[in-house]
Amino acid sequence: MTEKKYFILKIKRQDDPHKAPYWEEFHIDYKPNMNVISSLMEIQRHPVNAIGEKVNPVVFECNCYEEVCGACTMIINGRPQQACSALIDRIIQKNGIDKPIILEPLTKFPVVRDLMVNRKVLFDNLRRARAWIPVDGSFGLGPGPRYDEKKRAFAYRISRCMTCGCCAEACPNFNAKSDFMGPHVFAQVKMFNMHPIGSMQKDERLKAIMGHGGIQDCGNAQNCAKVCPKNIPLLRSIAELNLDVNLLALKKIFKW
Amino acid sequence: MKLKAIVVGGGLAGLMSTIKLVERNIDVDIISLVPVKRSHSVCAQGGINAALDTKGEGDTVDEHFYDTIYGGDFLANQTPVRGMVEAAPEIIYTFDRMGTPFTRTAEGLLDLRRFGGTKKKRTVFAGATTGQQLEYALDEQVRRFEDEKKVHKYEGWEFLKAVIDDDGICRGCIAQNLATMEIRAFRGDALIIATGGAGVIYGKSTNSSINTGSAASIVYQQGAAYANGEFVQIHPTAMLGDDKTRLMSESARGEGGRVWTYKDGKPWYFLEEMYPNYGNLVPRDIASRAIHKVCVDMGLGIDGKNQVYLDLSHLDDDFLERRLGGILEIYEKFHGDDPKKVPMKIYPGIHYFMGGIHVNWEHMTCIPGLFAAGECDYMYHGANRLGANSLLSAVYSGTVCGPAAANYMNSLNHIAAEEEDLLFERYLQAERDYDGMVRKMDGDENPYLLHQEMGELMTANVGIVRYNKKLEETDIALQNFMERWHHINMVDQGAYSNQTVMFVKQLKNMMELARVITLGALRRNESRGAHYKPDYPDRLDDDFLKTTKAFKTEDGPRFEWEDVDTSLLTPVQRTYGGNK
Repeated sequence: MTEKKYFILKIKRQDDPHKAPYWEEFHIDYKPNMNVISSLMEIQRHPVNAIGEKVNPVVFECNCYEEVCGACTMIINGRPQQACSALIDRIIQKNGIDKPIILEPLTKFPVVRDLMVNRKVLFDNLRRARAWIPVDGSFGLGPGPRYDEKKRAFAYRISRCMTCGCCAEACPNFNAKSDFMGPHVFAQVKMFNMHPIGSMQKDERLKAIMGHGGIQDCGNAQNCAKVCPKNIPLLRSIAELNLDVNLLALKKIFKW
Repeated sequence: MKLKAIVVGGGLAGLMSTIKLVERNIDVDIISLVPVKRSHSVCAQGGINAALDTKGEGDTVDEHFYDTIYGGDFLANQTPVRGMVEAAPEIIYTFDRMGTPFTRTAEGLLDLRRFGGTKKKRTVFAGATTGQQLEYALDEQVRRFEDEKKVHKYEGWEFLKAVIDDDGICRGCIAQNLATMEIRAFRGDALIIATGGAGVIYGKSTNSSINTGSAASIVYQQGAAYANGEFVQIHPTAMLGDDKTRLMSESARGEGGRVWTYKDGKPWYFLEEMYPNYGNLVPRDIASRAIHKVCVDMGLGIDGKNQVYLDLSHLDDDFLERRLGGILEIYEKFHGDDPKKVPMKIYPGIHYFMGGIHVNWEHMTCIPGLFAAGECDYMYHGANRLGANSLLSAVYSGTVCGPAAANYMNSLNHIAAEEEDLLFERYLQAERDYDGMVRKMDGDENPYLLHQEMGELMTANVGIVRYNKKLEETDIALQNFMERWHHINMVDQGAYSNQTVMFVKQLKNMMELARVITLGALRRNESRGAHYKPDYPDRLDDDFLKTTKAFKTEDGPRFEWEDVDTSLLTPVQRTYGGNK
């Protein structure tokens, strides 16, 4: 590829939630098949910055390394994505080895330290939308319902959402100052509302997303779908729920 | 005063235990390193076994039971396994009602596929992300209980110690906040450890970074027995990576994938040739040993490296997309090639711990009030786990452990909330002192490099093939690592969210458990399931049809043997149509 044996990580760091952020660069010895997580692990093993100073290792979140848990989401060269599947070879191939790879924490959530943020609000918003099927109990009640495989296959696409926060990061309406639930929530509501049992509580979930911070606050910027790592049908879910919500509102007005 | 349980770990076993407790009117505190929705259960891919027989093959619970016991080389206690396979169909139905999007047939019924070590289609699945889908179903149910204030989640907290009173009864635990670093006590009338496997001990594995085995090691060090540590499953098909070995699901073979390499210039389907009855669907221990033999002993790995092909390229694109989409996408993302067109390159990787915390059939340890469930227990898989039985055992153990813990708690004379403060303060002080000591470590060892060295040693010597001489050397090296641990340098001086402090504590616990695994392997002079010694190639039931139990002492682990329950099936030799 090139004779230079290291590449550069330029990382936006922050010591704790109250300190000011700062930038720091690291030179990472190049090996084939690395990704952003394995590069950050190199810093743990050799915590020295680009000018040779001994520094604290960079703090980051990760867990599965297989892009299925959602933990390692951060902004890499301007785009929110999982660090485990951000392959160094591919980035270098595109940008060259001299151009620093820029790592930043997500901006829509409070920073804990360095690249780690607190995304609790994503899970809390699932609770606001009552994103579950209220089963009678976990004990045996016989077989579940039949489910049309075509509908099931669509629901499965939504069910792969790992609450990683990419969609919320890209959404202009989602931020610390607004109550907007975030695109991921509406896809989940769509999924539960189309389930043979879940559809029995359809109106409850629709009511939950009709209020403050609900679906009417979506500005239709459509950024969410562009950054979703799992290609979850966010836009279709939001569009169809908009219809359902309007229908429910009409029902209320005319007492159908 | 109301009873309260503490569940450590938010994977399938922990969440199912929680649901069962809440349904019995007991409040639960969940302590989890990560938001529970990110637990390692999400990594399970291929499916979950239940004898539903929707394919007209005449599958039965009896056959599921036989395959599980036989696949585990008769080391599993048979009564609890019988309970598990009997409960399996109803467990699937419950998840189905909760909304898990299991893949369907044209009639809208649950579809099934085949997995290793069985001749029937018995595996229910949701694409190739079944663990993720099951975990999310329980996560949603627990979120509902959270909404009803019956569950409180402490996400981003690490378990440090069980609190055990002077009568030897567990009354709660000490845990630490990973952001603020606060250490505090949690009072609980039962403590359930549901913290999964310990792949991180081996450095690279298919496990997540939280799977250090630290919690299991802590309760072992506090007096609970650790059973069958030497039985570590090595998954035959993993992608080699710089940071980990990524799992490539057994379902790839279940759906028709073939394993091969070149011999004399032509493709050699060695599993099909060696094991004509089961072919590519021999159990994992057997497939891993065959791949090891072909690459290491015969030097026939692809491109001269330790790797062989897992080939799906002969199968129909649409079929593959629908049945295996999730994992094909992962391979393409991480490797670059499209497995629908080009065979995947794979090699065995450390995957699953059949051994774990010793519990009785109600999932309680020898310490009253301390329970264990899921991969961190030792109960359901004997010497080798069959594919798609792990999701089942994780869930099933929760359905046993939760109610058993509730019964135990209801029988208590006094509850943890009434326990004296002194007990908890004593434990708190000890953990704060230890934390302070770790923060001040100023030797010259980098903890991450020390860990890397240990992982490489364990992988080389306590993996697919084991020799007593190497095991002895490994144990000496591990003791040396434990000495070097004291000379660690605290490379992170930060006061807030200091991950290195937590890692150094985990590392010590990993070393304790590594010795249990290594010495357990040394003592077992036979070959059984995943434990294979070329110098002792046969299974020796007279001496070793026994559960290994390790107890912590000042001088390292002390071992005992325990008889295995073989009350339902008489052990027979295990073969899959070839030599063992």
